[in-house]
Amino acid sequence: MKNNRAELRKRGPLTDTQLLMTITICIFFGMYVLAMIIWGGGFLRPQKIFDMLNDNAALIIVACSLTTVMICGGIDISVGGVICLVVMSCVVHLNAGGSILTAALLALGIGLAYGLVQGFLVAYLEIQPFIISLAGMFFARGMTTIVSVEPQKVAHEGFQKLMESKIEIPWLGYVAKKGNLVPARVEIGVVVALVVVIAIFLMLRYTRLGRNLYAVGGNSQSALMLGINVKRTRFYSHLISSLLAGVAGFVFLMHTGAGNATNATGAEMNAIASSIIGGTLLTGGVGNVIGTFFGVMTLTTIKNIVTTSGLRDPWWQSITTGAMLAFFIILQSVVLSNRGKRKKAQ
Amino acid sequence: MARKGSLAARLRSEYSQLLVPLIAIVLIVVFNLIRDPGFFSISVAQNNLGNAVLQGNLISILNGASELAVLAMGMTLVTAACGGQDISVGAVAAIAGSVFVKILRAGATITPLTVALGIVSCCLVAMLFASFSGVLVAVFKIQPMIATLILYTCGRSIAYWINGGATPTVDSPIITGIGSFIPGVPVPTPILIVALMAVIFGLIFKFTNLRLYVQTVGINQGAARLNGINAVGIKLLTFVLLGACCSVAGVIGVSRLSLINHETLLLDVEMDAILAVAIGGNLLGGGKFKMVGSVLGAYAIQALTITLYAMKVPSTDIKAYKAIVIILIVAVGSPVVKEKSAQLWKKLTGKGASGRIRREAA
Repeated sequence: MKNNRAELRKRGPLTDTQLLMTITICIFFGMYVLAMIIWGGGFLRPQKIFDMLNDNAALIIVACSLTTVMICGGIDISVGGVICLVVMSCVVHLNAGGSILTAALLALGIGLAYGLVQGFLVAYLEIQPFIISLAGMFFARGMTTIVSVEPQKVAHEGFQKLMESKIEIPWLGYVAKKGNLVPARVEIGVVVALVVVIAIFLMLRYTRLGRNLYAVGGNSQSALMLGINVKRTRFYSHLISSLLAGVAGFVFLMHTGAGNATNATGAEMNAIASSIIGGTLLTGGVGNVIGTFFGVMTLTTIKNIVTTSGLRDPWWQSITTGAMLAFFIILQSVVLSNRGKRKKAQ
Repeated sequence: MARKGSLAARLRSEYSQLLVPLIAIVLIVVFNLIRDPGFFSISVAQNNLGNAVLQGNLISILNGASELAVLAMGMTLVTAACGGQDISVGAVAAIAGSVFVKILRAGATITPLTVALGIVSCCLVAMLFASFSGVLVAVFKIQPMIATLILYTCGRSIAYWINGGATPTVDSPIITGIGSFIPGVPVPTPILIVALMAVIFGLIFKFTNLRLYVQTVGINQGAARLNGINAVGIKLLTFVLLGACCSVAGVIGVSRLSLINHETLLLDVEMDAILAVAIGGNLLGGGKFKMVGSVLGAYAIQALTITLYAMKVPSTDIKAYKAIVIILIVAVGSPVVKEKSAQLWKKLTGKGASGRIRREAA
């Protein structure tokens, strides 16, 4: 035992980021296996996981964007509004005869413009990110209704084909009651989301910008003394965040195919909750997008379990989500403070 | 030296914080007066109960901002002590409103006694929920925004659940009296309630050390603890006070419509309340605070909304214009812009030039 421990100490214990992420991943798998055992049925099919991914592709992307900002010590609550604005603008653009390419460019353009303005205001004018992104959220929601108050559906044929095209994975399918094989279906948005997760993961881990984000979020004063351009790093974090929100908006549209002024309401809070469950701290410097990905999946699994277990009253979903969030938040606080004490004891 | 400085200097150091909300209000007022000189005229009219009541845009600004002003008072304390914001105030107010309605409907008739009972019990329930967030923040040392994210997520559902998924109405002259006018009093009751809350907080600050303690905890919690201040207790106390504010706001909100709609009651008010605190010149990172600033901020926000309504902007589009004004206000108030504009001012007035000349001479 003693030997083992000494060895562990030599290799160094897990970092805070890894520890929190590991807890989340374990709880996610534990919960899912439990659901499989108790309810079986839908949970046993791989399609269940793919459905969860299909429904939440946009959420995964914005959760990644929030993780990036939160690691840098900021916050961006405008993402839900940006998604809404992008969706509505793209629908109007497509219905007015635009092509898919220009719609995608429009989505990226809105995200880029948002990122530039918010990044400038936060990083170079040193205004609190909460206020700026709050105003950003108001602006985006207001602009959406200026673009169109009425809910609109995409009538563009090419886009409808794009929406319906799904990647089929036959070997993960299941045999339906009639005896025919139903292959597992994955939407294109999910592929985009996974690419974003991997890209942000690699960026945070292996690029200079990624390491700077951690440094600035951990302690901006020390980062400044190390010669890191703190302002530019903050600027980039908001730029990445808003750009990803634009991408998320396009993915959202590919899933729903309609624009509505209430689209993605509360997406920012869901994304923050997912990031927190995944082990990102709002204080900055700690976090990981892989954890965030599992955070989204954990939240979705809880919602699925609540509906499957027969608690169909509309309030149960959010009450259990809140309870789960409370559980994770307290768990993280206890785990981190215990580690702090042990470090001091050493 | 600074103490003995001129009155203007002392005023500047004391009240410079209030500059931003005051400028915002003055700008809105001037803008409105140019647009429509009669904008702020107040008239006496008969309401449908036959009482003489005051009417006009100024009254509707003061009246409409009541809930926001009350919440901004509590939010200022939490912000100052904990260095973070409570984003669950709307949800807690919805819970308080639901409890209020539930108690009122429990009895056969609505008497002053049941109303008093309802107010006390909804206040207690709101304090309980707020202290849940407070314990997370103070004892478990979780950032306020994350701790209150829990109630933000599930608070409105709890409110829904309290009344069994319905939106019940309460019909009583007493409730209408709280929500609009008490017979014989020409001023809307919510304005009086805000004044009452302001007096209560004024007395608390006058006769207790709450302001000092809250600021000390906000500036440096460790130092506060070493000086014998119960930092955990103070943080918890600010949350409990905010809970009381939430219940007051909830009661006003319910009384206005005589019904509880858990989905729309004070929707998005948490964002406006935080904004009011920020416009009031309070640091969102905690420390020194001016509650007057937050209340002025709340009125500035409402004045802006009423102005936009008066300009026939559709209610759904208002948010976009509001956002632009907010960004302008905070950008003007940002330290970087202040510093840059001060430098520019010096250059323009020639002080900078004389400095350069002196340096060149040396």
